[in-house]
Amino acid sequence: MNDQSTCACSCGCITAEDPRFAELKSYIDSLDQNQGITMPVLQEAQRSFGYLPLEVQKFISENTGVPLAEIYGVATFYSQFAIEPKGRHHIGVCMGTACYVKGSQKVLDKLAEELKIKVGCTTADGRFTLEATRCLGCCGLAPCIMIDDDVFGKLDDISRIPDILGKYE
Amino acid sequence: MMTMVDLTGLKAKALEEMESEGTLRVVVGMATCGQSAGARRVMETLKKDVAGLGLDNVKVAVTGCVGMCTYEPIVEVLQPGKKKVTYIRMDAEKTARVIQEHLKDGKPVLEYTVGHDHAGNLKNLEDLQFYAKQERIVLRNCGTINPENIHEYIARDGYAALRKALLEMTPETVIDEMKKSGLRGRGGAGFPTGLKWGFAAPNQADQKYIICNADEGDPGAFMDRSVLEGDPHSILEAMAIGGYAIGASKGYIYVRAEYPVAVERLKIAIAQAQEMGLLGRNIFGSNFSFDIEIRLGAGAFVCGEETALIASIEGKRGMSRNKPPFPAYKGLWGKPTVINNVETLANVAQIILKGADWFRSFGTEKSPGTKVFALGGKINNTGLVEVPMGITLREVIYDIGSGCPQGKAFKAVQTGGPSGGCITAADLDTPIDFDNLVAIGSMMGSGGMIVMDEDNCMVDIAKFFLDFTVDESCGKCTPCREGTKRMLEILDRIVAGEGTMQDLENLEDLAENIRLTSLCALGQTAPNPVMSTMKHFLDEYVAHVQDKKCPAGVCKALLGYMITADCKGCTKCKRVCPVDAITGEVKQLHVIDQALCIRCGACFNVCSFNAIARN
Repeated sequence: MNDQSTCACSCGCITAEDPRFAELKSYIDSLDQNQGITMPVLQEAQRSFGYLPLEVQKFISENTGVPLAEIYGVATFYSQFAIEPKGRHHIGVCMGTACYVKGSQKVLDKLAEELKIKVGCTTADGRFTLEATRCLGCCGLAPCIMIDDDVFGKLDDISRIPDILGKYE
Repeated sequence: MMTMVDLTGLKAKALEEMESEGTLRVVVGMATCGQSAGARRVMETLKKDVAGLGLDNVKVAVTGCVGMCTYEPIVEVLQPGKKKVTYIRMDAEKTARVIQEHLKDGKPVLEYTVGHDHAGNLKNLEDLQFYAKQERIVLRNCGTINPENIHEYIARDGYAALRKALLEMTPETVIDEMKKSGLRGRGGAGFPTGLKWGFAAPNQADQKYIICNADEGDPGAFMDRSVLEGDPHSILEAMAIGGYAIGASKGYIYVRAEYPVAVERLKIAIAQAQEMGLLGRNIFGSNFSFDIEIRLGAGAFVCGEETALIASIEGKRGMSRNKPPFPAYKGLWGKPTVINNVETLANVAQIILKGADWFRSFGTEKSPGTKVFALGGKINNTGLVEVPMGITLREVIYDIGSGCPQGKAFKAVQTGGPSGGCITAADLDTPIDFDNLVAIGSMMGSGGMIVMDEDNCMVDIAKFFLDFTVDESCGKCTPCREGTKRMLEILDRIVAGEGTMQDLENLEDLAENIRLTSLCALGQTAPNPVMSTMKHFLDEYVAHVQDKKCPAGVCKALLGYMITADCKGCTKCKRVCPVDAITGEVKQLHVIDQALCIRCGACFNVCSFNAIARN
């Protein structure tokens, strides 16, 4: 627990010494222009930290000159940014029209039942976050879900779901 | 710097590589849909076994979406002088056998192909009814070339249009050609592309921009993704041509973060084009310089609206603003900007290369060219289809899509997504173009075409779309933010069996106000799904409100299950009931305890004797 990047309270919160801040700083410095960098920087921060806690938003504000209020405004506007920590794996259940008419609600219900969480929540062990998402554009495979960057289609047979979840630790 | 000689030479060299004597070219559909159907394992097997057997004449390549999603993973074998062979629904074992018998020994494995006649003559994808009425301009390279190899794009006349524009045409003649072609924006509104370019061109500014709108947010549409994954260079080339026409040296592609494969292929394509000097400074030795940057969306439907998209690239919340000023005058960072949709851009190089008259030979007078539709929902052949404008909906749904599965009755088709409406059987013979679809109460939209059958409840569908708009409203103007929410509350009451006839009147009132007073197209069109379902299926709304029944058997609160005297006492329903609401002994009439029943319909689905009645 002497590692500087770990907080004293060992709750997993992010400290100022976290090496990811330095990485983020060099990413910001690498952008050759100042116009419109808020979104790319937030996306990079989210990729690296997994979510955008207040410390990270403050850090971005200080290093880009964009007011914190504006950073917070952008972070809360777009559905892909999270202010709360997320699970190791992100499950998005497609709620596009094609999936919906082919029964994606049943898929979502089954996942919620398997993981024992509500939609929008993260499992207690931090393994999965379950969300209903916008159309994934795989309408030919309806109903489908996306876990991290993998798409699973034709889930009419919801009994396949436990096996699919088993692939992710 | 490249000259004409280079491009011609490169084309010849690439063609030779792709089509040389004795070469077997094996292509695997690796768009998102192919990959999730298992194409990656097929690819691994191919690479491993072809190398293992030392088959030097076999060239394995990735390709984009072929369009027929139900047959994925698709593998095609091309051999000069021979008919193409199409293998469908492939897996690792099937692939291993094809490698042994076909690639090595020269005998195609008949049973894995898409079909053959009695004499053993193979059919391939092009022989299918699915392709018979299609015309491929936008998707011409999708499923044919390797999107990660710029040489294959050049082999198909890639970048020849850009060369022609830069060396043989002036910006004015490029715009004139676009105007003459009559190409209309494929993002939904159908605004003429040449006019849009013509507005931006004369505006003086130190910097102008071309933006490719690849924020395909319309649920049920995936043609833009397929073009980006299958033919990314066609978009880069078109953006450069547009940049030359309006005087922009910088382009942005605003693409959804939900499309990781498309983003990756775009990155590869941009790097390759820059390396060859097809993007960058003094392209083809001309004075024209152009570069492209990718910007990722972050999950907001409203960012498909052009002023919201601009706000998003500027790093702000994606909120739309009043027009005018239009982006062609004041757009990104206050500079003249043209925003074109992916599918629109995919037409541009072909128009410049082959001319406006060629383009006008497809489609109708007022809507020339083709339109790509994403055919989905309750239809046998789901997939991407590109058809000439003017074809009827009936031809698309029955001849190409082959109708509803399991012999169910067609009920309606929804076009235009959350901004569109539904079209019933009565209008199936309407020729599809921008104006006709609006006249029958829907719209083209970006091209989602979702088929619904007798099992879909239209009130539920309307609620689904409204739920979407409420979620995606940016919140800037009151009619959209508050009005759509009130409409949704009314629909929630109706599907819960608590609606009144007054609610139906209020829905219409609200819809009209929201349509007239919202700031941007998202709000102005948000009531459409409700209005069009109320127009065509008012009886279903009334059944929910007055009879407290859902005729399609979808709205759970209005359903009830009863076991009739036909029950043979087989106990099947009792075993499948998740809440143990069914009691009864073997060979005795079973009973559902209505207090325990959660109306999941499991018993209804398993009963072999039609002994469960639903109302």
